Amino acid sequence: MVLVLLGGGIGVASGQATSIPSSRLIGPADLVKVLESQAVEKPLVIQVGSHVLYSQAHIPGSEYIGSAASQTGLDQLRKRVEKLPRTKFIVLYCGCCPWTHCPNVKPADDALQAMGFQNVKVLYLANNFGADWVDKGYPTAKGD
Amino acid sequence: MAPQKKWSLVAVAVAAFMAGLILLRHGDGRAARPLATKGSLAPDFTLPQLDGRQLHLSSYRGKIVLLDFWATWCVPCREEIPHFVELENKYSKDGLEIVGVSMDDGPEPVRTFYQQFHMNYPVVMGNANLGEQYGGVLGLPIAFLLDREGRISAKHIGATKPETIEKEATVLLESR
Repeated sequence: MVLVLLGGGIGVASGQATSIPSSRLIGPADLVKVLESQAVEKPLVIQVGSHVLYSQAHIPGSEYIGSAASQTGLDQLRKRVEKLPRTKFIVLYCGCCPWTHCPNVKPADDALQAMGFQNVKVLYLANNFGADWVDKGYPTAKGD
Repeated sequence: MAPQKKWSLVAVAVAAFMAGLILLRHGDGRAARPLATKGSLAPDFTLPQLDGRQLHLSSYRGKIVLLDFWATWCVPCREEIPHFVELENKYSKDGLEIVGVSMDDGPEPVRTFYQQFHMNYPVVMGNANLGEQYGGVLGLPIAFLLDREGRISAKHIGATKPETIEKEATVLLESR
């Protein structure tokens, strides 16, 4: 369901992250294990939130796509993955806001599901990227 | 070379190697986090407001300042704005100043939002560098309450009850 808040041209299309099935979620510790493992396929990790936040800190190797709450961001996401095999392991994340309020991960997940991607995980960040990733000491990089 | 000096050099080399490993693993993101803690001076900045005029945080010395990092796409931030508008109306005459720092990627949605929500306090466009100076603004909203000397009196991460901020602000306003 898409909930448009407060009307007008600046309403936030707030896809509900809470409706993403738990089977498609991955926790920070598990993602770190995957990224550090030599034995498993490395996922394409995509940040679908704010560029200002991405510039401060992001998961090393992750790509910034743009806010998936906007049409521009969704278009960029589709363009980035359109030529990939539908079995490609993709991890989406945002962490701009508490999970219950994130406007970005659900539209991004929906878009990839609609394109037929079968191996998509969404990084579950209960509070935000700072509290649930950086403060936990997980690897970060900064810059564009 | 004396054995003691030789071992000292080895120890320095090992320490440098370990530090390098830590940096490789963690990048630069963690280094910024301890900044802007309670009791420390809020990092000063000069940034353009939405109307193009420069805002100098240091020019607010002597006032109580509520510094709100927010974005138009952040639902909890949007919910807080009407309360901040009300606080500005209620306490600006007593010396409370609210400064919004938008972490949006560009000013256009902020200008529209500003009009629609009848915001009555200045908003500047933040950036990654400012976020790092404030300990990493890696989730919104984050609000800092500054005392008259510009020191951080309180830091609230995530949506905060309006009455909590009002109470803290009034305590500071009453302290001379």
